[in-house]
Amino acid sequence: MAPLSNINILLSIFKRDITLAIRRSSDTFGAIFFFVLVVSLFPLALGSETKLLQQIAPGIIWVCALLAVMLSLSRLFNDDFQDGVLEQLALSMCPLEMITFAKVIAHWCYTGLILLLISPILALQFNLPAHSIQVLFIALLLGTPSLSFIGSIGAALTVGLKSSGALISLLILPLLIPVLILGTLAVDAATTGMHYSVYLYLMIAFAVLSSFFAPIACASALRIVLD
Amino acid sequence: MQTKTAMTSQPSKSIHWFTFAAPSKFYFLAKKLIPFFWLFTVLLGITGLILGLLFAPTDAVQGDSYRIIFIHVPAAWMSMILYLAMAFWGAIGMIFNARLAYRISNSIAITGAIMTFIALWTGALWGKPTWGTWWVWDARLTSELILLFLYIGYLSLYNAIDDERKAAKAASLLAIIGVVNVPIIYFSVKWWNTLHQGASITVTKTSMDSSMLLAMLIMTFAFWSYTFATVFTRVNYKTLDEESHTDWVQKELSNIRVLK
Amino acid sequence: MIWSSFSDFVDMNGYGIYVWGSFLVTFLLFYVEQRSLKLFRKQIISSDRS
Repeated sequence: MAPLSNINILLSIFKRDITLAIRRSSDTFGAIFFFVLVVSLFPLALGSETKLLQQIAPGIIWVCALLAVMLSLSRLFNDDFQDGVLEQLALSMCPLEMITFAKVIAHWCYTGLILLLISPILALQFNLPAHSIQVLFIALLLGTPSLSFIGSIGAALTVGLKSSGALISLLILPLLIPVLILGTLAVDAATTGMHYSVYLYLMIAFAVLSSFFAPIACASALRIVLD
Repeated sequence: MQTKTAMTSQPSKSIHWFTFAAPSKFYFLAKKLIPFFWLFTVLLGITGLILGLLFAPTDAVQGDSYRIIFIHVPAAWMSMILYLAMAFWGAIGMIFNARLAYRISNSIAITGAIMTFIALWTGALWGKPTWGTWWVWDARLTSELILLFLYIGYLSLYNAIDDERKAAKAASLLAIIGVVNVPIIYFSVKWWNTLHQGASITVTKTSMDSSMLLAMLIMTFAFWSYTFATVFTRVNYKTLDEESHTDWVQKELSNIRVLK
Repeated sequence: MIWSSFSDFVDMNGYGIYVWGSFLVTFLLFYVEQRSLKLFRKQIISSDRS
């Protein structure tokens, strides 16, 4: 039996969350399908003129990515809260901050990562040039972790509440506006041939900062709610 | 809740910072101050409005629509200051585990949200005659809109949680996170604004006549005074509500009922 | 006083709607805020509140 170190605890939490996400795949993929469906609705609603689609593509893909992640967040802590697992985790010797970090990484794996991987296909619907699709991919790669990290704070604050999905969105979307702006500016810049790397660097900075501070805030929120 | 003053046995001239951390002490202090705040609100408000609406000259560029600034600017300032204050008191509450600090933070929220809405509404009504449209995605206006969303988020979270203490703590945490984010949000909105054509607004720098400036300053103080009166009142009512099991509140409530 | 008549004052040289629309909504909101505080106070004082 492996020694009960923090690393092992974190790895097992990570594995558990991934396994649970796979088991209730209909919920997990619900958010993904939402993403695909809504993104595809826009060309239908707005017409297929190439120039227009290229202009609106970054905004639409980013907004839908945000919404899809918001949808999936309500399950992050609620299920564990219902079975009492969350309280046990809070009592364990492993710091709650690290536990939330592990859970959020897992969350990113079953939401942001998948959105990221499908995004090139969706971008083709909008006739985005190949270079822009590359930049979109990188931007989503750098941005979606921030979505999960900051979103986890919202999930922690609303543990145990009914209809937390809408409430989480209300709380967290204003805080994610910088990611939205940076992400869309990056792709816009790539499409028009301007410099885009500065936006990507800022997104890296945002991701690093949120990965550090969000678990702290998240753990605080969990302690308040579990009290 | 023990006050720190109980710990000093010899008379001292130092300020007892934590005296008013006790809800009962704060309640009676606030109760005494509220009428003065109302007095100042009315006096300053009337003075400011008379000066601004009746005596300040018509602006050469904007005509008389500029008079909206006597409400717009104070409201905008208050909306931002109150968010900071809300986060500040929430942080104090978390650091010292002081429920009065949480209570002050919660009491500020609604007033702050109203100020933000007023700033946006008057901004739109000022924008229409000045720039031709009701809404412009100007960096400051957009940030103000986001601020309104932050307030609404705070109030939604506070009202969603049933347990009063948990609600107060959770909402305060949200406010602290929001406050940290506000500079980042403002910076990114400003950037977004400069890069998207059609959204740049040149606010014509009208040289303000001294009477306009004075009226605006007086109105700002009037808004401050109104805020203090309202927030202190709300804190006191919340104290009566949440500490109703204590003796002093029961006594106070019976006093109030007698006076009714 | 820069206005020669009351109707001039209300009209604000054509900008009346905007200026008064702003002022009225502001005072309305403040009034509503104070009413709700009064209501809160009534609820607290009434002995039925647990």
